[in-house]
Amino acid sequence: MLTRRKFLNQSLAMTAGFIAPGLIAPWARAAAGVSPEALMGGRFDLSVSEARVAVEGRESGAVLINRVFPGPLLRWREGDDIEINVANHLDEDTSIHWHGLLLPAGMDGVPGVSFPGIRPHETFQYRFPVKQAGTYWYHSHSGLQEQIGHYGPIIIDPKGADPVGYDREHVVMLGDWVYDNPEKLFRKLKKSSEAFNFQKRTLGDFFADAGDEGFDSAFAERAMWGGMRMAPTDIADVTGAVYAYLINGQGPGDNWTGLFAPGERVRLRLINAAAMTIFNFRIPGLSMRVVQADGLNVQPVETDELQIGVAETYDVVIEPADQAYTIFAETIDRSGFARGTLAPRAGMAADVPALRERPVLTMRDMAMSHGAHGASTPVSMDQEMDHGAMDHGGMDHGAMGHGAMDGDAQAQAHNHPTGVGVDMVAETPTNRLADPGIGLENVGHRVLTYAQLQSLEENPDQRAPGREIELHLTGNMARYMWSFDGVKFSDVDAPILFHEGERLRLTLVNDTMMNHPIHLHGMFFDVVTGDHANKPRKHTIIVKPGEKLSLDVTADAPGEWAFHCHLLYHMAAGMMQTVKVHRMAAAGADARDTHRDHKMHGGEKTNAAHEGHGADKSEEKSHEGHH
Amino acid sequence: MRKFLPIIFVLAASAANAQDVVNPEETAAVRAHMGDHHGGATVFYVEGERLEYRSNDGDPVFLWDAQGYYGGDINKFWVKTEGEYDFSADEFEEAEVQALYSRAVGSFWDLQAGVRHDFAPFEDRTYGVVGVQGLAPYLFEVDAAAFVSGHGDVTARIEAEYELLLTQRLILQPRAELNFAFQDIPDLETGAGLSTVEAGLRLRYEIRREFAPYIGVSWTRSLGDTADYARAAGDEAGSTSFIAGFRFWF
Repeated sequence: MLTRRKFLNQSLAMTAGFIAPGLIAPWARAAAGVSPEALMGGRFDLSVSEARVAVEGRESGAVLINRVFPGPLLRWREGDDIEINVANHLDEDTSIHWHGLLLPAGMDGVPGVSFPGIRPHETFQYRFPVKQAGTYWYHSHSGLQEQIGHYGPIIIDPKGADPVGYDREHVVMLGDWVYDNPEKLFRKLKKSSEAFNFQKRTLGDFFADAGDEGFDSAFAERAMWGGMRMAPTDIADVTGAVYAYLINGQGPGDNWTGLFAPGERVRLRLINAAAMTIFNFRIPGLSMRVVQADGLNVQPVETDELQIGVAETYDVVIEPADQAYTIFAETIDRSGFARGTLAPRAGMAADVPALRERPVLTMRDMAMSHGAHGASTPVSMDQEMDHGAMDHGGMDHGAMGHGAMDGDAQAQAHNHPTGVGVDMVAETPTNRLADPGIGLENVGHRVLTYAQLQSLEENPDQRAPGREIELHLTGNMARYMWSFDGVKFSDVDAPILFHEGERLRLTLVNDTMMNHPIHLHGMFFDVVTGDHANKPRKHTIIVKPGEKLSLDVTADAPGEWAFHCHLLYHMAAGMMQTVKVHRMAAAGADARDTHRDHKMHGGEKTNAAHEGHGADKSEEKSHEGHH
Repeated sequence: MRKFLPIIFVLAASAANAQDVVNPEETAAVRAHMGDHHGGATVFYVEGERLEYRSNDGDPVFLWDAQGYYGGDINKFWVKTEGEYDFSADEFEEAEVQALYSRAVGSFWDLQAGVRHDFAPFEDRTYGVVGVQGLAPYLFEVDAAAFVSGHGDVTARIEAEYELLLTQRLILQPRAELNFAFQDIPDLETGAGLSTVEAGLRLRYEIRREFAPYIGVSWTRSLGDTADYARAAGDEAGSTSFIAGFRFWF
């Protein structure tokens, strides 16, 4: 991507003064104002170019927007029509995807799906109406540019009064940074998927466990993991061994600082713009009131910590006293952290907490039932969801997949190809929406769960879903292959079909041992946390290891949309498909469609609604469906 | 038919819904290559697994054992080479190269087939190779292959390795290798049956994951008729080596 020669050329072309502080985005500087500095109005000119960025004093190559890092803050107003001209000054294609925005499919910014991409030295004009409010972000959907700086925040102010009361706001954009070519990083994962894990279990850990729980138990537990050829410490693929973790483009030593006046209610707009890193976010000494998730308002929840998946956003309101606080975003595998400071005056700092011990996966993460292998202690299977409370809405009981709603472990069917790309399947996946996230089960304070989130407004579409599509999250860690239903994007030959206007249930089963932040473009999904009209609506959701969860979607956005794991290298390894919302008004719907409609409205549960999903797992490109 | 129907469908749909895609023709052209960076990556890998000096009971040798591949997740072109150079005799005791087509046939296993050519001890000895390589349950790395020479001799080799982490970078690796012959091969001083076994223990320190020097011990022994051949030639049937070497990959 960025060759060394290009770096050199770039640095020759730039003046020294350009490099360090000038590259920090105005909004990301230690700001005294009540709102971060933003580009506003209806027309925006953005340019994408190579640059160099200093993180913690160490320079490396980047792809930036308007030569600032992170990219400029775009501030829009709900109801406005927006025009954005994106000029590509790279020698390769680029693109901007507006993450979480509801817009015409052609404006979604995914090369090969919504448009051809922006060619080198060409300009593309995005135009769309702003139909929503909240905190969002944008990023490249081309290659691995997103890893090296090609992203920025979006704030959309509501047309009417904002239900969230606050006196000051800061954007807190989390990131992970690599001082190297991300293409090399990806290839290293392909060659040796555990190359970045320096928190494996050692012989010493074995003797410690044998001392605690007895030799037989410790040995049986090792044997179970070894027998499956899995590692319980495989929490994050890329770790603090190579990443620097960022808040607003700045490393822990750079210490991004947000100012406030004592007594103010401060709104933090958290955005996880990392390529590969799920963070545990907390501000020691402060309670956080969660008021928004993925841009949409939720009924306020007070909490002390939250796990934020890649591409998710949360808005929290805090009321700090006259002292400094540390913003602490620890990575899910506890191999590093991003850190910043909130303070009444510049130059202050608070204690930085120590990293907690890295979590170890359990049988629950493996989706195996209790005691099957007589080892480990799974997290208790207590579930807050009441089986009887589910509204079956006229749908066939058996077809709705109780496993998605119940905490009871149930045998899971697997009607998808398994083989080279699939190293395990979930035997008895469980609903984990009420779990706080891997490693946060017993931290001694409140931790946000998806089950706690309730939409502030009633869900716009309260119809019961007319059918269910089940998709499995699959992978092979050793080969670093990732996919849906065992088929990498490079082998997928047709989109998943939605029909315009239909309400459907998307049930996701995580057959892997990893957390996957799953993102659907173009449409929010209502997370089925129970049977009520205030389901949280999200654009991205972490599907935990061994989890089965359901998302209700209204197919109201015609066109083809990307659907993928937002871990950048999982997507690069194939964990992506597309959803095509078929216009029902279009003339000439062919016989095949009519036939499929019969099946769907008959309440039949389908396992991935596409054609050509055979067991052929060869690497031959099969894109017939797209020509 | 299964693959044909979506073509009709998508063509019809794209004509009707041009507003959903900007420049549909060019987008389709980009789409055709989209898989290359969404699951279709090819990888070039080289690994020097054992590059070591062996004391060999006072008759020191240098041993190399390296492999590399190029390809995608399923199909790869795989090259392996190993051999020994005898310092005192100033000659290659053994030297072989294998060129294999490798196909992933299971989550953890590749099936490999191709040719092997030995440059020593006899020049121009060529074999057909069929083997499997992968990760066995309980995390044993296994490489097993059968060889059929141009003379019709059939031999087989199984190598297995295990890794014990003493720390995150200090790794103890037991390794075993068994060689079989399915008939007597007087040329190679090999008798039918289990011909040689080797057991080794290496302790490496991963300065980087990609580079690790190591020390270790290795014990080799010929068995049965193969041992008799060795004794007849005035050699020992077994030898013990202290070893020092390094491992790398990129």
